[in-house]
Amino acid sequence: MKKQLLTGNEAIARGVYEAGCRVAAAYPGTPSTEILENLSGYPEIYSEWAPNEKVALEVAGGAAIAGARAFCSMKHVGLNVAADPLFTIAYTGITGGLVINTSDEPGMHSSQNEQDNRYYARHAKVPLVVPSDSQQCIDFTKEAFRISETYDTAVLLRTTTRVCHSKSLVTMNPREDVPQRAYSKDLKKNLMTPGNSRPKHHEVEARLESLAEYAEKSPLNYIEGNSREIGIITQGIAYQYAREVFGDRASYLYIGFSFPLPKQMIRSFASGVKQLIVIEENEPFLEDELKKMGIPCMGKDRLPLCDELSVSIVANAFRDILGDSPLTIRSASEGLPPRPPALCPGCPHRGIFHVLSQQKDAVFSTDIGCYTLGAFPPLNVGDFLFCMGSSISAGIGFRRADISYGREDRKVYAVIGDSTFFHSGMTGLADVVYNRTPLVTVILDNRITAMTGHQHNPGTGCTLMGEKAKEIDIPTLVKALGVEEDHIRVINPNNLKACREAVQSAQEAKNPFVIITKAPCALLPEVKKRSAKNWFAVDPDICTGCKACLNIGCPAIRMREKKAYIDKDLCAACGVCFQVCSFKAISMGRKQR
Amino acid sequence: MAHKRDTTSIMLAGVGGQGTILAAKVLSEGLTRMGYDVKMSEIHGMSQRGGSVTSHVRFGSRVDSPVIPLGGADCLCGFEKLEALRCLPYLKQEGVLIVNDLEIYPLPVLIGAAEYPQDVLQRLTREAEGCLILDAHGEAEQLGTSRVENILLLGALIHRLDLDGFPWKEVLQDLVKPAFVEMNLEAFALGRSLA
Ligand SMILES: Cc1ncc(C[n+]2csc(CCOP(=O)(O)OP(=O)(O)O)c2C)c(N)n1
Repeated sequence: MKKQLLTGNEAIARGVYEAGCRVAAAYPGTPSTEILENLSGYPEIYSEWAPNEKVALEVAGGAAIAGARAFCSMKHVGLNVAADPLFTIAYTGITGGLVINTSDEPGMHSSQNEQDNRYYARHAKVPLVVPSDSQQCIDFTKEAFRISETYDTAVLLRTTTRVCHSKSLVTMNPREDVPQRAYSKDLKKNLMTPGNSRPKHHEVEARLESLAEYAEKSPLNYIEGNSREIGIITQGIAYQYAREVFGDRASYLYIGFSFPLPKQMIRSFASGVKQLIVIEENEPFLEDELKKMGIPCMGKDRLPLCDELSVSIVANAFRDILGDSPLTIRSASEGLPPRPPALCPGCPHRGIFHVLSQQKDAVFSTDIGCYTLGAFPPLNVGDFLFCMGSSISAGIGFRRADISYGREDRKVYAVIGDSTFFHSGMTGLADVVYNRTPLVTVILDNRITAMTGHQHNPGTGCTLMGEKAKEIDIPTLVKALGVEEDHIRVINPNNLKACREAVQSAQEAKNPFVIITKAPCALLPEVKKRSAKNWFAVDPDICTGCKACLNIGCPAIRMREKKAYIDKDLCAACGVCFQVCSFKAISMGRKQR
Repeated sequence: MAHKRDTTSIMLAGVGGQGTILAAKVLSEGLTRMGYDVKMSEIHGMSQRGGSVTSHVRFGSRVDSPVIPLGGADCLCGFEKLEALRCLPYLKQEGVLIVNDLEIYPLPVLIGAAEYPQDVLQRLTREAEGCLILDAHGEAEQLGTSRVENILLLGALIHRLDLDGFPWKEVLQDLVKPAFVEMNLEAFALGRSLA
């Protein structure tokens, strides 16, 4: 069959398909999102966006108990959310194969922390599989399902950004037809109460021993024998960097199945080479094990713990051993202005943020989504943030601390997106109502999960597989949670007057108050189509150059010859600039097409 | 890397929304059809919101890292001037530099918190002799839409790298939406002739 160029994520989806998987669930998160998006193209697989990662893993876990091959996927921090089911699914085991993908983000290209989820495998006592390119993404995924069924365990598949988002050549195969395995009621296996879990823990330890035997013969662990001067133990993308730097001047032990470790294989590889090096990204997950085994090696004494590895970092770390001369690197790019991501022209978060930014003595507990970008100048709406869903609950804590010191005056606003509210904000709001904390919650409903590239969620009326769905109505939900009806405002965030009125009422409220802004993301095709015809323009004869319109941070507006100027191609005609101009210098025009 | 054999590395640098990803896709698909081992890497996510974007394309008989090392790019194609300058540390000493003579202001510049450097082209030409400067944006606009500036730049790049002898037309026809094929073919041909 002809070779094709696939990303790691496309390849994992392909592997899941070829393995005969039936049920797949995920919550989006960079760099894992495209796996489920690609799976949704295979009608043989029921695939869904779950409201969060815990739900996704439980859906997949239930399907596996029922005897189907099941899959779920998330970004690294998603596994923190799904950790609760993970640790106990590790006890129940499965009926049909269960593979859980975690996509880690060394370098944090779009994440809030850098955590190495290989440790989760050891902590939860489930096997760990680590691919280094797209072909391995297919092959290792399929092998992971086999391991899962042979050893009655969930399997953790761990990828990183560079594996997920890099393309390399693969060969595809047809889908395997996997019949449903018989489910039989067995409480000792599937219902974890203390009485059942105690013997289960012993079984889990015994299972690890069998898996350690498997590790020695697993096709995922292999040696690439070259020079015996240097031996390198590695896995994941680090293998590619090591291979580029050392080439045939080293032999490699690739650890694709890396928990439990193939200890005999490691010992015999180590004893066959003169110098041993462990090359891995972030934590010394493999290296620490070697040290415990009493095998001396180089590794984190030369390689960094923080940030991504690269060819250059590996080359520099071992230059004394290799004797290579360094590449010349130009230094002409110092002191350039950064180009951070920004809220798009027409973004519906801009109008309400502009109004919030004018509140004096207010604190903003923000959350994760496009609107996090509003924390930076010129809007400055955002003071602190932990993780998805933390805005409301952390806001409660901040407000309670203030109140206990008599600081009733400082208003605390929690700002949260629609997808994030469904993910883990609802429980925070239940706390607000239950404990009657005078917090203002602003739910920014842009009708989509925007930051990760437009995934549907329970509020959008469409499923991952493209079917029409019931829209969960946020105002109804908020009311049902117990927020007083006269303490709820539903507004269009592009209408600054409506924003001001709502924020004014919130400012005066003594009880829990919720503002729901409802306007679709400016990048949604139907919105782009509508806005494509119109734009706003500045009349340079009227403009005084006061720069009020620059304070909304719109990428379409800049100064040109001391007057404001709007880039017609970028303008999305939201009209927020028109509303902030006190000199009526901005007016709407139609683009001729 | 002294022993390093025959990997050729091409870096496309621009701003989210400029179409670097499509250009990289066409390039890597063509190279795959030529029978090379090919790897391509890019960063998604935040880049969609007007941030810097880079695509790395590498080909040869065997490619290891999908990411180009600093000082390792045989060709750097800057879809925007400032981004070309930002990525210059990736360009090999004797590497080919192609720059779109276009300024897109980053937010800190728009709100007056930073200045867009005035000497970008001078710095680029000083660093890379024979640097090709193109007004791809303007040329594409004359063809009907600035949206095809990406494919125009790709045409220039393919000519500069001597990869002309391949039916790129077929790749474009396969990867570009049918309604836009004609315009992209025109842009591609124009880019080639300007290089
Ligand atoms: C636990 C966890 N899961 C997933 C993500 C990835 N993620 C970041 S922002 C975001 C979507 C936010 O969507 P929404 O709240 O609707 O805001 P919008 O981007 O649309 O403004 C997701 C899924 C994350 N950071 N943490």
